[in-house]
Amino acid sequence: MRTFGALVLALLAGAAQAALTDVTLDNGLRVIVQEDARAPVMVSQVWYRAGSIDETNGTTGVAHVLEHMMFKGTKDVPPGEFSKQIAAAGGRENAFTSRDHTAYFQQMQKDRLTLSMKLEADRMANLIISDELFAKEIQVVMEERRLRTDDQPQAIVYERLMATAYQTHPYRRPIIGWMDDLQHMTAQDARDWYTRWYAPNNATLVVAGDVKADEVIALAKRYFGGIPSKPLPSRKPQAEPEQVGGKRILVKAPAKLPYLLMVWHVPTLKKWDSDSDPYALQILAGVLSGNDSARLQKSLVKTQQIAVNASAGYDAVSRGPGMFMIDASPAPGKSVAALEQAIRTELKRVQTDGISEAELARVKAQVIAADVYQRDSLFYQAMQLGEYATAGLPPEALLRRTEKLRAVTASQVRDVARQWLRDDRLSVAELDPQPIQPQARRTVVSGVRHAN
Amino acid sequence: MQIKTFFLRAMLLLSLPLSAYAGLDIQHWQTPQGARVLFVESRSLPMLDVAVSFPAGSARDPAAKPGLAQLTQGLLDQGAGGWTDSAIAYRLADVGAVLSGSFDRDRAGVSLRTLSSSAEKNQALEVLMRVLQRPDFPAAILPREKQRLIAGIREAEADPGAVGEKAFYRALYGNHPYAHDEAGEPAAIAKLTRADLQTFYRTHYSAPNAVIALMGDISRAEAEAIATRMAAGLPAGKPLAALPKPAVASVAELRIEHPSAQSHVLLGAVGMSRDDADFFPLFVGNYVLGGGGFDSRLMREVRDKRGYAYSAYSYFVPMTEAGPFQLGLQTKREQANDALKVARDTLRQFIAEGPSEADLTQARSNLTGGFPLRIDSNKKILDYLSMIGFYRLPLDYLDTWVARVNAVDVAAVKQAFARRINPEQLVTVVVGSERTR
Repeated sequence: MRTFGALVLALLAGAAQAALTDVTLDNGLRVIVQEDARAPVMVSQVWYRAGSIDETNGTTGVAHVLEHMMFKGTKDVPPGEFSKQIAAAGGRENAFTSRDHTAYFQQMQKDRLTLSMKLEADRMANLIISDELFAKEIQVVMEERRLRTDDQPQAIVYERLMATAYQTHPYRRPIIGWMDDLQHMTAQDARDWYTRWYAPNNATLVVAGDVKADEVIALAKRYFGGIPSKPLPSRKPQAEPEQVGGKRILVKAPAKLPYLLMVWHVPTLKKWDSDSDPYALQILAGVLSGNDSARLQKSLVKTQQIAVNASAGYDAVSRGPGMFMIDASPAPGKSVAALEQAIRTELKRVQTDGISEAELARVKAQVIAADVYQRDSLFYQAMQLGEYATAGLPPEALLRRTEKLRAVTASQVRDVARQWLRDDRLSVAELDPQPIQPQARRTVVSGVRHAN
Repeated sequence: MQIKTFFLRAMLLLSLPLSAYAGLDIQHWQTPQGARVLFVESRSLPMLDVAVSFPAGSARDPAAKPGLAQLTQGLLDQGAGGWTDSAIAYRLADVGAVLSGSFDRDRAGVSLRTLSSSAEKNQALEVLMRVLQRPDFPAAILPREKQRLIAGIREAEADPGAVGEKAFYRALYGNHPYAHDEAGEPAAIAKLTRADLQTFYRTHYSAPNAVIALMGDISRAEAEAIATRMAAGLPAGKPLAALPKPAVASVAELRIEHPSAQSHVLLGAVGMSRDDADFFPLFVGNYVLGGGGFDSRLMREVRDKRGYAYSAYSYFVPMTEAGPFQLGLQTKREQANDALKVARDTLRQFIAEGPSEADLTQARSNLTGGFPLRIDSNKKILDYLSMIGFYRLPLDYLDTWVARVNAVDVAAVKQAFARRINPEQLVTVVVGSERTR
């Protein structure tokens, strides 16, 4: 075993029970263990550094389709058996695919980690993708797309705006894939994806809970250690060319309320200890919408009553570039154009006058408290470790995140608003609601009241 | 000798599967004003959760005022004891506290999560007390909040799932207070007055109706002080009358036109209440039918075998009075009728034959083996405390949970389902269109 930078850190001063271990096995599998004995349970997650960012045109959605196929069996574990065995052990399991990664998890009593490791190691190397099961599952994925995107007007707006705001970067493609690509996807596409990316040297195992790090590492060696590493394809940066002017789209879909989404290209965290803008952008999002009377809420919803909802969001951790987003729904009788103008006015205020010390302190108080609250969820703690690892950030970046946020000054917040939230970096989408026909109710069968 | 015996006993305790572990020390008492209090002390994280709930859900809406309960709850933190909505929001945020609401047909609740360090905790608790004890329902913000509530209802009309859910409850419950949507009806909301809200608040948010749950880093003495202070400041009031019993629903099949890509299919019947004698047989049996996710028959028949849907499920919603039994799926509209048939056939077969021994063993293993995951965080324990208090479940509910699941056998499931669910007497709702786009 090549124990490369075996790292043990105390999570927080005074929290001796929560220690973090980060090692890499000889075959390249990274293992991160967070000991936390609050309850006799554990969560185990295997993160593959393969998400929609790694896809190419024509097979969009394949990362997510493969996630579905991962439950469809191996030589030793027939279709359906994976879920059945985990369920029999009292486990909860599922998986999720994002732009940056695909991850699989089991939550179980602490002494059942062996089962989870055995099954995960098996499907890391021995998956069988049959044409027959693929043909059924691709239908399921298309239903998932209809459910989560096609019939959700705001999801369509988001999907179309990403495809517009990014001109070349793979983030322009929806994680679930374009419907036409799903309709033409083959079992071989899924097999190719699996062969290319599913390898120990492209994966991170995160285990959190009432476990001992050395025991977890021993189990990981036993079950995953024999899986050979693979040469991974080189990943091109595919950097998005600088946007050279604002973009704007109109999206027509059956809906009742108009909706506005504004996104600006901004950086994400790359050099966690020297970067400062991503931390300032996080504070900015907090100032704009971090509480029920933060700036957007207070000005647009409460005072002007031009919106029924408004919020800002920014995710600093990702493999690719970032977006700062603001979305809002206009109040009845108010136009989307007027709402957009009101949002711009709020941004202008930050850019011109900056933010108050009270607002800054408020957001920081929330950051500090959230750092405690998140420890109530084992799953969330493991999620964060996996996300940081996949994004190429070390655990220290997570452990020192609060400290970094606390160091942000009011003038830095004003400066990032000035530097990044400029019209040339902005893309705007407006949802233009199309009528939903009056609901024709037809009672097909109606009977007398009965007793049973 | 002494030591050895002790050691052996400790080993035995460790190897017992779950019962040894289950002992969550729930403390329970009543304040002088009649509020019920449930408390678990936990010192592992420096934080405190408090949840206060009342029988003030949408089932308590006056017949002509659907939406009053939801609007009342929504306005609690929008002005209280002279503090404005912003003053309340800032006081919470300044100490990193989070105030949230929960609302359903039975219950309206307000929860606070705060750090347990005294300055933060005291400021956060002061806000919680004020919004529950002295809500102002300011006339100036009433139109704004009505408009927002109505906008949310309108937006849901675009969502075929929400449209189906609403129609399902209506068809199932007829004139019962569970029939109308939790958020209410726009026309009625538009007419609500400040006096309506004040009256509803005084009647429903009273001490004898309150359940106060506390979980976290405080002592029993402090929990008592908080609960007493809370209850003392609530309206005095009287316990509310019981809700009426729902009638058995008429058979109905509703088709609702909607331009969605998928049809949403719902079928079901009036199911069980929270204190139903058949609670465990129905709950455990439903795991096999449609509650066990990938491990359930509906998922296997609808999704795995046929690729019809992303999700197919069934569940009971145990409420104060009998809540619904509901089975649902979503599929592209062209195959809605085929999928509906599969769902009905699966249900019919389950009712006729019951689960197999193997199915039931699997269900029990999952539920009992997964029990520790149900109480592995402060948040989850707090939710159980509120539920146990609100529905007056026995205090040992969690201690006996595993044994009661294990006691369910095939015959019990078969009999309980046969008593409750007649597959030929269901309410069916299909939202979508049979026309192709």
